[in-house]
Amino acid sequence: MSAAVVGAAETDVVGVQPDKSAIQLHAEAALNALADAGLTKDDIDGVLCAGQSPVAVAEYLGIVPKFLDGTSVGGCSFMLHVRHAAAAIRAGLCTTALITHGQSGRSRVGESGWGGGRQTLSGQFEEPYGVAGPATRFTIPILRHMHEYGTTHEQLASVAVATRRWAELNPRAMMRDPLTIEDVLNSRVIAYPVHLLECCLVTDGGGALVVVSAERAKDFPKKPVYVLGTGESSEHSMISMMHDFTESRAFKVSGELAFAEAGISRADIDHAMFYDAFAHTPMFALEGLGFVGKGESGPFFEEMRTAPGGDFPLNTNGGGLSYTHTGMYGMFAIQESVRQLRGEAAAQLPNVRTSIAHGVGGMFHAAGTLILTNDERA
Amino acid sequence: MPKRPIPEATPETAEFWAGARRGELRIQRCNACGKAYFFPRPFCPHCSSKDVGWFTASGRGRLYSYVINHRPAMGFQDYAPYVIAVVELEEGPRMMTNIIGVDPTPENLPIDLPVEVTWEQQDERITLPLFQPRTGAP
Repeated sequence: MSAAVVGAAETDVVGVQPDKSAIQLHAEAALNALADAGLTKDDIDGVLCAGQSPVAVAEYLGIVPKFLDGTSVGGCSFMLHVRHAAAAIRAGLCTTALITHGQSGRSRVGESGWGGGRQTLSGQFEEPYGVAGPATRFTIPILRHMHEYGTTHEQLASVAVATRRWAELNPRAMMRDPLTIEDVLNSRVIAYPVHLLECCLVTDGGGALVVVSAERAKDFPKKPVYVLGTGESSEHSMISMMHDFTESRAFKVSGELAFAEAGISRADIDHAMFYDAFAHTPMFALEGLGFVGKGESGPFFEEMRTAPGGDFPLNTNGGGLSYTHTGMYGMFAIQESVRQLRGEAAAQLPNVRTSIAHGVGGMFHAAGTLILTNDERA
Repeated sequence: MPKRPIPEATPETAEFWAGARRGELRIQRCNACGKAYFFPRPFCPHCSSKDVGWFTASGRGRLYSYVINHRPAMGFQDYAPYVIAVVELEEGPRMMTNIIGVDPTPENLPIDLPVEVTWEQQDERITLPLFQPRTGAP
């Protein structure tokens, strides 16, 4: 173990914030995380972020960085940032790294636009066919998975239902009304086979982390959360190029790296956060990370094993489906892992020693995995 | 009513779009490892060889996976619901397209349905390869 999270916080509010720009959400989260760590901005010498340039975030906060990382590969970017911060600290490039996320995903204040232009790969080979955001690209693999493994509409819907049960326990969650399989399947079809309630929310918010060396971790006010294992990978920039529509190669590579570094087994994981942009993404994560065999995630979710009271507590903040989803949700998955390991979560589990936070970037384009622990002996 | 977004060719993709204007599905094959590939690149994505060549694919394939989109993109208001699909060509590569010529229902669109290319001209430079259920296929 080389690094630890010693500061972690979200923006004051996650949800609808038309009075704040995207970069202000970065800054608000950053200042909250610095306060959580008992630090000031002058203690920070590494700045890592996605969405906005780290140059802009450093300037906005008045930080003089000695290490910058603007890795921006979608919603899992922050998993990669933690990995890169740990490496930079180990290499002596910086000592105290600040990782920020802020997005005005719903209100679109101070956000750059969509799309890349008619000469890009997507402009030539995707956009002419009427793709309309992630709901029409991220979701194309689902029918193939259903065809190959008999995954059912009810099983997909059960992901949203299990996740909502956690949101019911979290006062900050946007969607907290009880939900049934029938409610999900009766909601509007967005892009068959996907219903509205199988799609993530669209919100405004942010989060930030402070990472230091494991040796310094106990010098801070909060219980340290150690970085035990990390992974990252990528696969394609257009969904049509995904190698096998029933599995994510990027998930598999990233997960293997993280477990190899952590030196623990799947059975040693107490708590999990799998990025849920749509109902199928946690299914692909459960299989891709090796917690179940290929095609076995449908029954696993249908049995409500991931819901409160189940043996595999997953997305305990209510997830991107019911808690919040600014656009690059991965930061919020890490925040909930940290809260569970500190004992600060709204739906706190007993005796959490290890947590896995696994993110997806783009439409299965990239992946990042963190295995975290509160056990300094791990 | 805005039109659907029209692609603009780059040097690497010009032959694909030139072929499309003639109604030919032009893709590439590596002469070193023998594998066909798409999207266009001047080298093989499998073995990095630059010894690659263009050929005209059969235009036949199967429906690999899809969605039926009910929330149309800009320029697609008249088409919704419409099928955004990935087809796997007989030669191996996959590509995104629309499935046309069939009422867009799950019943009409079983996975692995045989499909064939059909062409839809957008303007004088760009003709798009769309696919339809293959007539006379088993």
